[in-house]
Amino acid sequence: MKGLKIVVLAKQVPDTRNVGKDAMKADGTVNRAALPAIFNPEDLNALEQALRLKDKYEGTEVTLLTMGPGRAAEIIREGLYRGADNGILLSDRAFAGSDTLATSYALSCTLKKMGKIDIIIAGRQAIDGDTAQVGPQVAEKLGFPQITYAEDIVSAEKGNVVVKRRLERGVETVEGKMPMVVTVNASAPECRPRNAKFVMKYKHARAVSEMQNATEDYIALHSNRPYLNIGEWSVNDIDTNSEELGLTGSPTKVKSIENVVFQAKEAKVLEPTDADMGELMKELIANHTIG
Amino acid sequence: MNNVFVYCEIEEGQVADVSLELLTKGRKLADDLKCELETIVIGHELKGVEKQVMPFGVDKVWVADDKRLYPYTTLPHTSILVKLFEEEKPQIALMGATSIGRDLGPRVSSALHSGLTADCTSLVIGDHEDKKNKKEYKDLLYQIRPAFGGNIVATIINPDCRPQMATVREGVMKKEIVSDAYKGKVKNIDVEKYVKPEDFVIKVIERHMEKSKVNIKNAGIIVAGGYGVGSKANFNLLTELAEVIGGEVGASRAAVDAGFASHERQIGQTGVTVRPKLYIACGISGQIQHTAGMEESAMVIAINTDKNAPINAFADYVITGDIAEVLPKMIKQYKENTK
Repeated sequence: MKGLKIVVLAKQVPDTRNVGKDAMKADGTVNRAALPAIFNPEDLNALEQALRLKDKYEGTEVTLLTMGPGRAAEIIREGLYRGADNGILLSDRAFAGSDTLATSYALSCTLKKMGKIDIIIAGRQAIDGDTAQVGPQVAEKLGFPQITYAEDIVSAEKGNVVVKRRLERGVETVEGKMPMVVTVNASAPECRPRNAKFVMKYKHARAVSEMQNATEDYIALHSNRPYLNIGEWSVNDIDTNSEELGLTGSPTKVKSIENVVFQAKEAKVLEPTDADMGELMKELIANHTIG
Repeated sequence: MNNVFVYCEIEEGQVADVSLELLTKGRKLADDLKCELETIVIGHELKGVEKQVMPFGVDKVWVADDKRLYPYTTLPHTSILVKLFEEEKPQIALMGATSIGRDLGPRVSSALHSGLTADCTSLVIGDHEDKKNKKEYKDLLYQIRPAFGGNIVATIINPDCRPQMATVREGVMKKEIVSDAYKGKVKNIDVEKYVKPEDFVIKVIERHMEKSKVNIKNAGIIVAGGYGVGSKANFNLLTELAEVIGGEVGASRAAVDAGFASHERQIGQTGVTVRPKLYIACGISGQIQHTAGMEESAMVIAINTDKNAPINAFADYVITGDIAEVLPKMIKQYKENTK
């Protein structure tokens, strides 16, 4: 049987879950340098679903696609270490300032250039924005059906995909036809760890923009081993309408940003003693807050 | 034309709370803009559904009734909204930030090339001056939401594209009836003219929906735990206190992510917003994505080992100490004082 062609959409994000005190600069802007860049967690759940299909259907090819600056090639390597076959880094200044719609447009133009695709799998949402928009917006631009909130891609056979969805108030099993976009929840199985064999094979995998200062030996290594070259595409490699890209192509604009200021109010400070807790409970009962 | 639209979600014939909350906000926005409030309900066996929504001040109810439209699937609902919005040209379109709204909203915004802001915590009308292009905009929708993990609050606008679309989570806005006698019009949509046969490519083969058992949204007392609670075992202390004083247990996102509590108990930007009369925050540091969901609590007790925790700024009582020590004392003292 011929395998599936799967593309996983992944994003490198600042780890907003571990925001320390130095994450904000004195002027109230976010200090991105203080936040480690990580593989967006739900995109890892998405990758695992893709790798499971690869395990199940022989001949399946898993390609990672990410849009971002040169350093985002790091997450393609992370994907290769876990069993992805290859990756494409979409990187160009023309994409700077993209909102979700302009991002979806750039990704959909890239996906159109990648040839026939059976399933596009993405994380439901990225932790730096929590919007959950890019998956469905890409699906619409490609004219593909979508299944969001997936917890398990049960099967992908004979042109049909069966997916178990985890919704806020229940579960649903749905069936649809390929090609298809699936977005995956955090409730799906965690991604498998790196595989030592793949780490050895791909640790020198680099995108072009990471090779700027490479030595001749290193360049020679990459020309001898083509699998070490991570595909890097710019706006010139895809067919786009420049008005739909970047800041210009983004209907939403940020009008203003406020640092979060906590307004102090007078609080009564209590000690964790029986006496203080007793007083507190008497007060709460007396003013009918509890009891 | 140029009105405010709300997409109404339906489950077993009932309009979802989040939709009624959005109608209340939509009414307010329509009043500010001096335009009408319209809503669209898509599903099956919707006879009389207008009675559920009109009291919220709806001027026009669009109804798309067809057995293929329930349960919800993405494509036919998208087709109906896209075509209706092209015809009616609303200036604002709101939907719930639910598993339906977050599936449908981006699809519609992508088809119409209109901006969509997810999980807004506040929506107000305001003006905008684009200094660079020397353009003035009147009466835009300010879509306000925490961003970047809740460390900043951003005001987003869609100056040029319509409709201005936003999603809002359940419980964030208040639900308020305008008048039981409020009268609007009902318009039935000829579904065949709006959907394509290929829209029905996705089939729901199995479905188990449950009514949310946990009801933290309407709880008068909430005992909420954060990552600082430390363990699932410690979380049981919160449950015990909640049971004793008649409250519900809530949790921050960090506590849910750590597996201390289930997602339906999550309070904050990516959970529910609560307004209890008493909020006891245990081991919660107080990042804005959490406080956005509880800051309207009438009274807050913060229990934390860090005496400088940001949550203390919201607190009426600050207890600096370990919850494993504090909570049993509170339980004991409550029992002694209510004998």
